[in-house]
Amino acid sequence: MTIAIVESLRTKQDQILDNWVNQRELADDFQGNFNSSDDLKAQSSELLDVLLKAITAENITDIYSVDLEPLFDFISGLTLSRAKQGFSPRETATYIFSLKDALFKALAEIVGDNPRELYDVTLELSKFIDNIGIISFETFIKGREEVILSQADEMAELSTPVIKVWDGIIAMPIIGTLDSARTQVVMENLLQGIVENESSIAILDISGVPAVDSLVAQHLIKTVNAIRLLGADCIISGIRPEIAQTVVHLGIDLSKMVTKATLAGALKFAFGTLQLEVKRMQKEKLNP
Amino acid sequence: MERIPILKMGKFLLVTIQVDLYDRLALTLEEDLIQMVHKTGARGVLIDISALSIVDSFMGKIIGNIAAMSSILDAETVVVGMQPAVAITLIELGLPLSGVHTALNVERGMALLAARMPDETDDIDVDDNDEY
Repeated sequence: MTIAIVESLRTKQDQILDNWVNQRELADDFQGNFNSSDDLKAQSSELLDVLLKAITAENITDIYSVDLEPLFDFISGLTLSRAKQGFSPRETATYIFSLKDALFKALAEIVGDNPRELYDVTLELSKFIDNIGIISFETFIKGREEVILSQADEMAELSTPVIKVWDGIIAMPIIGTLDSARTQVVMENLLQGIVENESSIAILDISGVPAVDSLVAQHLIKTVNAIRLLGADCIISGIRPEIAQTVVHLGIDLSKMVTKATLAGALKFAFGTLQLEVKRMQKEKLNP
Repeated sequence: MERIPILKMGKFLLVTIQVDLYDRLALTLEEDLIQMVHKTGARGVLIDISALSIVDSFMGKIIGNIAAMSSILDAETVVVGMQPAVAITLIELGLPLSGVHTALNVERGMALLAARMPDETDDIDVDDNDEY
């Protein structure tokens, strides 16, 4: 693309904008969008302005060029704001791609007498607009991934609650697989809980852990040792028969830890250690 | 030179570490403490590390050493008040302090030591075991 063509495009900016907006308003999917024609016009005008300012004869073929950054920033902002308004990524991309029609029309007027040049220029511009569309898609996906990541963090935090079950006894039910990152959260929360509640016994319930492999077992052993360093005892409860089977088959030695099949069993053991007694009270007769 | 005070409480010794232990201070503590155990015939050593927020492998080793030396002189060691972050660090460093007893705070540490003593003193009739 020559400098002259870019310049001509700039002079035709208003005409391109009118073409584009009119065509958008006539499009089938416009009915579904809930921004008014004025909004559309303002947004389109801004986008076209940024686009025509950023584009030069050189960088049209070099998508990584630094002077295109304002354009890409604008596209990212536009995508995010549209995503918040409830536009689908398809709608946003269609909107960007529809700019092609208006641009090609202007190009045809500029170099209409030379089909060979028109073909080359159209191809270049088409690729360029395609790239902008891809950037819009990428921004959309990046936004989604950020949401997923923050949700995963929240889930890790929420899924390890410290429960005070009795004076001096806390419990933590673990639901889901124990990986290294999660064990760290489990360990930190549990130790903090022990210190805060001045608990001498912590029950780690793994009924919700689907499988125990050697790595998980190693994490458990680490946690138990750390709890011992604080001066508390740790009981691991909720060990299902399948897990007991795998643990033994893997040759993991859990004999140094107190393990119980159920949370109730662990609680009973804890009561025993703290020399507490739970017994059924004789019901007082209301009508003697 | 800076020294960490060692307090005698009945049959036990209480060490409260309030400053960051640099290596030389830790070595001095180890030496002083073991001398003190010998001199007083203490049966238990209580080390309060609740003020420590950082522990390195050397510190972990010193604590292990103190426990081993005390046990030779027939005194038990209890480390109390360890902070969660310190516990995690020690475990990650592979120092589970296996010869050492632990308790949540000084009070519980004392109770733990006191609870372990009568077992030995009950059998032999010693005059001065009234206070326990």
